Amino acid sequence: MTAQKLLSTVGFYTLVVVIVVFSIFPFYYAIVTSFSTGTELFQVNYWPNSFSLANYEAVLGGRNFVRSIWNSVFIATLTVGFALFLAVTASYALARVRFRGRGLLLMMILAVSMFPQIAVLAGLFELVRFLGIFNTPWAMILSYTIFTLPFTVWVLTTFMRDLPVEIEEAAIVDGATPWIIITKVFMPLLWPALVTTGLLAFIGAWNEFLFALTFTSSETTRTVPVAIALLSGASQQEIPWGPIMAASVIVTVPLIILVLIFQRKIVAGLTAGGVKG
Amino acid sequence: MAIQDGGLSLTQQRQRAAFWFLAPMLAALFFVAAWPLMRTIWFSLTDTTLSDLYGGEFIGFDNYLSVRVLESGRWIWRGTLVDPAWWNAVWNTVRFAFISVFFETILGLIVALVLNAEFRGRGFVRAAILIPWAIPTIVSARMWSWMLNDQFGIINDILLGLGLIDQKIAWTASTETAMTAVLIVDIWKTTPFMALLILAGLQMVPRDIYEAAKLDGVNPVKVFFKITLPLIRPALAVAIIFRMLDALRIFDLVYVLTPNSAATKTMSVISRENMIDFDKFAYGAAQSTLLFAIIAIFVSLYIWLGKVDLSGEGQK
Repeated sequence: MTAQKLLSTVGFYTLVVVIVVFSIFPFYYAIVTSFSTGTELFQVNYWPNSFSLANYEAVLGGRNFVRSIWNSVFIATLTVGFALFLAVTASYALARVRFRGRGLLLMMILAVSMFPQIAVLAGLFELVRFLGIFNTPWAMILSYTIFTLPFTVWVLTTFMRDLPVEIEEAAIVDGATPWIIITKVFMPLLWPALVTTGLLAFIGAWNEFLFALTFTSSETTRTVPVAIALLSGASQQEIPWGPIMAASVIVTVPLIILVLIFQRKIVAGLTAGGVKG
Repeated sequence: MAIQDGGLSLTQQRQRAAFWFLAPMLAALFFVAAWPLMRTIWFSLTDTTLSDLYGGEFIGFDNYLSVRVLESGRWIWRGTLVDPAWWNAVWNTVRFAFISVFFETILGLIVALVLNAEFRGRGFVRAAILIPWAIPTIVSARMWSWMLNDQFGIINDILLGLGLIDQKIAWTASTETAMTAVLIVDIWKTTPFMALLILAGLQMVPRDIYEAAKLDGVNPVKVFFKITLPLIRPALAVAIIFRMLDALRIFDLVYVLTPNSAATKTMSVISRENMIDFDKFAYGAAQSTLLFAIIAIFVSLYIWLGKVDLSGEGQK
């Protein structure tokens, strides 16, 4: 019995180690690569054996990459702000007010969040051209609404549904209008949900690639994913792996820190909605 | 309710407020989703080109399928539906979606079961599996294309060291392995998401059920298949459909990891290529409309057959 127990404990922890190594190793290896230069890049190193910042200098020294980071920050922040602003009132209506067609409306919103983005690409391309915002951050801010807005509405609705009904009833008895209920009663309770949803929407906007690739045409308007995807060397054959890894580490470290800080809330946000079986 | 205000009952008043609260959101969604979708479908029925967006003329379903009978009596079929490149992309996408979601479900289930057990360092493991999820797809595509590099890649080095292969493999370039490379990266990146969704389902299962089973001496494997799996089925169904929809529209990973490889080109990639790169705007629009139709049919079937309650309304 004890031998069997020992065996299963060893097996379990082996599995745990395998999971952790698989999850972390690629990023660890990117960091190792980002600190190596020259011929070191072309031999496989499992452990860091040099510490050179040359790749980081190359990436940050080129003006356009820093510019891309700012573009991404600007676009993601505005997109999230816009989505949250529209979503708070909408999700109040969807979560707390009974009206005909509410279930249908929720399904429609969910359907939009599942849209294949390519299906709206042609129409959005025309719209972006028509509005004269091609190759500007506004093209992305407009188009990212298609996935940030349904997502924030959806998650906030599930959060709001769980708020106790007594609080609202007390406010109604005191003569509060729906607007007062949202801003004065619910908002203080909603902050954690807003932070979570905002963060998830921010990550979504930060990582988006298809629209950013299609709606930008010059290096100065690129977002981070497009800049990293199109980072190339002097010739086609010569891919600058060192700088690419440095750029990858630069844009990923803040995300990982944010995710680790907010991990509990993020897990709650991701699983909100249909998953509550 | 006795409270009256200007002739409107409280319920009516609240419904009116709800309308104004919903209107801006619905207007925004119409503007960025419904309208562009309708325009895409319209473009697919014209011969519009990228350089002249407003110069297209209505040509019916010619982008999808058209037939011309030559004087010799030969029939010439044209359009996406007889385009081998399109069917290749359909096949790639479907294959990718099913294989990746299959492995992500199995592995996600294993990871979720591990995380659901109580052991020292559980918080650390959960933090670790969030890392692949937090890394932007483009970044993971580039990280892995470096690791999968044929000459200097660490994967070939490890496999050679273990004696699993006897010569270096050009993972992303060779047509035989390109799809495997895409699958590896996608499974690595999205298994954590799957695991977290399944874990949420697992945590809903009351602990005393397990304890009762343990007291009765039921085999753990049997407990899993007879108790755990049926109880987490709803969570699993939702997780699978979300992943499936994501997999069917995959673009970025394929575009960056295996550029221009016919072995991995998916429906999204081929549509964008026609639309933007090859100046066959309307033809690409037709392909993206077809992708939309395929996904819509898939979702309806899944909800209908699986009786999945996605809106969460039924539980209250």
